Amino acid sequence: MQLIYEKSVPGRKGVKLPTADVPSATPLPAAFLRKESAALPEMSELDTVRHFTNLSRRNFSVDTNFYPLGSCTMKYNAKILENSATLFASFHPMTALLPGGETFCQGSLGMLHHLGELLAEITGMDEVTMQPLAGAQGEMTGVLLIAAYHAARGNKAKKKYVVVPDSSHGTNPASAAIAGYEIITIPTAPYGDMDIELFRQAMTDEVAAVMMTCPNTLGLFNPHIKEIADIAHSHDALMYYDGANLNAIMGKVKPGEVGFDVIHVNLHKTFGTPHGGGGPGSGPVGVKKALIPFLPTPRIVKTGENTFSLETRRPESIGRTAAFFGNFGVMAKAYAYIIMLGKEGLIQVSEQAVLNANYIKERLKAYYDVPYDTICMHECVFSASKQSAAGVHAIDIAKYLIDRGYHPPTVYFPMIVKEAIMIEPTETESKATMDAFIEVMIDAARLAESDPAAFAAMPLTMPVTRLDETKAAREQKVCYVD
Amino acid sequence: MSYCPNTDKEQQEMLAAIGVPSVEALFAPIPAPLRAESFALPSGMSEFETFDRMKAIAGQNSAGSVNFIGGGFYDHIIPAAVDHLSGRAEFYTAYTPYQPECSQGTLQALFEYQSAICRLTGLDVSNASLYDGATACAEAAMMALRVTGRNRILVDACVSPFSREVLKTYLYNLDVEIVEIQPLKGALDREGINRLLDSSVAGVLVQNPNFFGSIDDFTSLAAEIHAQGALLIASVYPVALGMLKSPGEMGVDIAIGDGQSLGNPLSFGGPSFGFIAARKSLIRNMPGRIVGETVDKNGKRGFVLTLQAREQHIKRHKATSNICSNQGLCALRGLIFLTTLGRSGLVQLAQLNRDKGEYAKAALTAIRGVKLLQSQPTFNEFTLLLPMAAAPVAAALLKKGVAAGVPAGEYYAGLENGLIVTVTEKRSKAEIDRLARALQEVLQCN
Repeated sequence: MQLIYEKSVPGRKGVKLPTADVPSATPLPAAFLRKESAALPEMSELDTVRHFTNLSRRNFSVDTNFYPLGSCTMKYNAKILENSATLFASFHPMTALLPGGETFCQGSLGMLHHLGELLAEITGMDEVTMQPLAGAQGEMTGVLLIAAYHAARGNKAKKKYVVVPDSSHGTNPASAAIAGYEIITIPTAPYGDMDIELFRQAMTDEVAAVMMTCPNTLGLFNPHIKEIADIAHSHDALMYYDGANLNAIMGKVKPGEVGFDVIHVNLHKTFGTPHGGGGPGSGPVGVKKALIPFLPTPRIVKTGENTFSLETRRPESIGRTAAFFGNFGVMAKAYAYIIMLGKEGLIQVSEQAVLNANYIKERLKAYYDVPYDTICMHECVFSASKQSAAGVHAIDIAKYLIDRGYHPPTVYFPMIVKEAIMIEPTETESKATMDAFIEVMIDAARLAESDPAAFAAMPLTMPVTRLDETKAAREQKVCYVD
Repeated sequence: MSYCPNTDKEQQEMLAAIGVPSVEALFAPIPAPLRAESFALPSGMSEFETFDRMKAIAGQNSAGSVNFIGGGFYDHIIPAAVDHLSGRAEFYTAYTPYQPECSQGTLQALFEYQSAICRLTGLDVSNASLYDGATACAEAAMMALRVTGRNRILVDACVSPFSREVLKTYLYNLDVEIVEIQPLKGALDREGINRLLDSSVAGVLVQNPNFFGSIDDFTSLAAEIHAQGALLIASVYPVALGMLKSPGEMGVDIAIGDGQSLGNPLSFGGPSFGFIAARKSLIRNMPGRIVGETVDKNGKRGFVLTLQAREQHIKRHKATSNICSNQGLCALRGLIFLTTLGRSGLVQLAQLNRDKGEYAKAALTAIRGVKLLQSQPTFNEFTLLLPMAAAPVAAALLKKGVAAGVPAGEYYAGLENGLIVTVTEKRSKAEIDRLARALQEVLQCN
């Protein structure tokens, strides 16, 4: 498909702008002006609409295809959530920061405050800041809070390390590095969780925090989590919960009750807001009481029965992590989701997510290796090791699935599993959809035995087939040049 | 209501296939002492009741005040096509294009977005978006630290106070010295910066137009900064780039900004997107995802995520940034906005903003005792010096239904009488006249 710049015709105009109802301003001196207008596309509105509509048709999405991308919780995004967010589209964030302005934003502030309370109940935390803009920023905020906590206790110089298991998301060590920490990585034991003996040996009083995902990226709940937390706390290290996999445990376990001190929640995963082709997300952070003084500003506080205000001056705060109040539109969707599903609905979400993942695991385990064969939580991890012996790799199976109309699972993550295929069906998929997917996965396994060479040409049904990533990295063409 | 489709019968069949008696049995790996005892959430409701509740909450905000506030978020027109096209579910219910063959829609759109950002800023390379303009400042500063290996950042305090706060939050634990240069009448203090500029400086952060609305030309500053081996980072307002000298023309190394004004609603502060563009030589130090052009096995053009060896999922703690999810859909809105307006449309939009701004400036400074803070030219935002403290004036005007501007004293000591007023193309002459009348009335009463 042509690029929009290739379709552009000099002089063609799109949307008509209003005519000025004020006189023209005196032109600026030339030193302040650009020499030439930016070469943006020149298109009719119809051509623009066709271009983007046709581009959209070159995507798989939750609304068009089963999308079992492990670790990303690609559940159905209810349409009413979109409608809910648009109700707030016209409110300017600065209004709340004007003198006397909070009175004009009681709806927005009240919703943020209540969403924080709901998330605190779901996660077992004492207070939640809504400001972080995505999961990784939530992690960074959480580790900065931990750093501020240690600094306030006079331990800034002493605390040097953050401990992560080798199965962790890459964002965990990357976020801890921004907070100035060095990383200690603990290997996974044969039972599928962080090796507790190696962990015990690695722990010293110089460790500031332990970052865990639970269930972990293998989809397994760590039964030793309380013991790990106790060991961490005995060294005055705080426990960080990566909420990427919260969809598995709502109403079943509250991280704050099993020893975690800080948590981030990915609203776009667990709470049904769309992933937008890469974002926006939202990554609220919950903390236990001892960390409340360090939460970002402005902090939303309840001042009366139904009145809310902003606390902007907080001496111990880590400061702002975003310009305003976070990705409010995403939060409005998540809030609508939580009040619509309610207590029973959220419990059902986790139960059905776990049921669906176990069903797929059981039905496919005769065909694909399961590195850790035990009851899983919301996702299951296979290995294409059997198939790769015949020359068919996880990536080949992914491309086969594309031709059969499925978005592939996450492949090659977690890195500790060779040829990993990580499947997260989510609770919103029906048995019929999963049965059809399972049959296709079985077909792939059979084809890997009967005709392994067939995979190399796949996918065959898409606008492009396999792309030359080396060429892309070498040539670095990241901008269209006429 | 939880959108879980499976019937009891289907669930029984699935449990039988797994070989467990109940769903509860699947939670057996969680030791009993760790189980939650309570889950004190309200009961659920239908989508209709949910929407009524959401309407009631939105209704508790006061709507209808005429908006002359900016501060980084701007009330601009959004062509109808932006909502409709970005509302295509194939875009908004997809995720990061990890599998390029079935994500060419997102990938090509992001490549076109990156190209639009390069063309706007006059720079060579752009990524596929950051969170917002404020975090983009922090990411750009960290880029300058990596590129130069130095640990000192100079920041013009005319940069948005919110961006500066976020920058400090990000860099707090990284052994970096941030030195702020205090404004001189709402503009960059050139002598102040020259006194501090030496070979220990990694980067200098400025903003154009700045928080007071002043326009500057950083061309000569760029040369001085480069002479010290440092980088010039400029935060820019993309709508103003319809008119103003581009960062590339000034010699800026890294341009950043907030993309809210490009087709994203105010939405109480988010989601918007941050953009970042740079000179080609800096590409390996860029944060976040980048889309690159390539060919498939048959030689056909296609697009992929490229230079991923910079990113956290590969490099972990040595990555150029921790960012994973970005603001893809908002960036797509930005691209569609720029396409629907087109080349001449953005020029026209910028002109409209400046025309309205200049009209308002004349109308407001005609009020007795009201002066302008800056001598520099401005775009659609400027700072008034009132004959009294601005905060109570702004509060009184807000009660009259006019959000007249941002009192500067909250962010700048000594500027208690300053009121930063923003006038976008959406404000009519009648509304500007109403602001002038209201301001005059409030000032007379005090």
